[in-house]
Amino acid sequence: MAEAAVDQTATPVAEASGLGKIYRRGAEEIHALREISVAFAPGAFSCVLGPSGAGKSTLLNLLGVMDVPTAGTLRVAGATIAEGGRLRLSEGGRDKLRRENIGFIFTEFFLLPTLTAVENVQLPLLWADKDDRAYAAELLERVGLGHRLTHRPTEMSGGEMQRVAIARALINRPRLLLADEPTGNVDTTTRDGIFDLFRELNADGLTIVLATHDRELAARMDRVVHVREGRVVEETA
Amino acid sequence: MTTPILEARDVWRSYQRGAETIHALAGMSLTVQPGEMVGIVGRSGSGKTTFLNQVGCLDTPTKGTITLCGTDVTGMPEKELVAFRRDHIGFIFQLFYLIPTLTAVENVELPMIFARERDRRARAREALARVGLSEIHALPHQLNGGDMQRVAIARALVRKPRLLLADEPTGRLEHGARVAIMEIFRGLRAEGLGIILVTHDPTLAAETDRIIELRDGRIVDERKAG
Repeated sequence: MAEAAVDQTATPVAEASGLGKIYRRGAEEIHALREISVAFAPGAFSCVLGPSGAGKSTLLNLLGVMDVPTAGTLRVAGATIAEGGRLRLSEGGRDKLRRENIGFIFTEFFLLPTLTAVENVQLPLLWADKDDRAYAAELLERVGLGHRLTHRPTEMSGGEMQRVAIARALINRPRLLLADEPTGNVDTTTRDGIFDLFRELNADGLTIVLATHDRELAARMDRVVHVREGRVVEETA
Repeated sequence: MTTPILEARDVWRSYQRGAETIHALAGMSLTVQPGEMVGIVGRSGSGKTTFLNQVGCLDTPTKGTITLCGTDVTGMPEKELVAFRRDHIGFIFQLFYLIPTLTAVENVELPMIFARERDRRARAREALARVGLSEIHALPHQLNGGDMQRVAIARALVRKPRLLLADEPTGRLEHGARVAIMEIFRGLRAEGLGIILVTHDPTLAAETDRIIELRDGRIVDERKAG
């Protein structure tokens, strides 16, 4: 599979500098992330690797504007979310940025059981009062499920459900695709199929950040950001 | 006489596996009146979820009839059936199935989007107030399990269904959250909704008006709860 051309001099799709996240639980402070400085160039396929609890999901939630940092600077899709620990974008602005620029995939598929595959894919667009069933169908075709448009999640395998979730994450033509342990719920054959699909999407120019604890999977990616105890401990290419 | 919310008559759901025919449901009949909460218990594989899928118009029985609010939906064309389901039935699941990238209030708006309805935000807020959730702009990952289920219940209620189908709604919740969810169900029953509750939780089952027990797709016991 051809790899996408990555222009390291171009403005990154997402960029963090001195990024930190502290959660407060009663009197206790939990430092989920500390001093993270990392950039994701357009067209890059990057891995965030680390054990459970290392801060991978927190980092992806910040990059995906699902959560806000408590320290540092964060820029995503051309917007400054926070600068020097101060929020620069309102909640409404963050919701809009996320909806228009980010695709998110999780270990669990979060498909609505009462809707068909194509309806599940349409959801994020319908929310914005747009409707593009033809594009939703095209995306399902793209992920290999052109024959399953009107099937409901209960009629599908785990791998098929994750493909529907991937198509749904692509419906807003995102600039950044974030995948948090996307193969955590499927067997290794299915995992490889899903990974090949990510490779193809990246070859088409999509910027992808995939978080995993799976070293075997990480070894297949262009660049690996190693995270441990909330810090970036190493970067390998 | 009041029209029952549900009348299921001799419902069968059979599957072909190779040469073998498997009867997931083998002649289920059940009537649910307005303001009645019926508990369904039974082991895994006894037919509980298959029955909910038939009643919820997510699947079609091999034999038998299902009448919802006086309308026989057996054999109704797919498109009509989907519209009927969206207008009359609310679903609640063990795993909540909230869209993680949408806020609580946005998740509650979803059913209205498919029905192309107006005043979505105001109605979603109202539904969330009814289940007692104040953090309406939180994303699901910022909420605890009990509050995620409140959002899911608000989503199920927002289009004012007549029948609520709940499949292990407290299966993932702690005691405190289970009690709070049950309180919400009690309120809904008092307002005249029909509720079918599939559960393993004896405390929850005890709150229903009657309990039916399924085995091999059939009712093997029916008793007053409490």
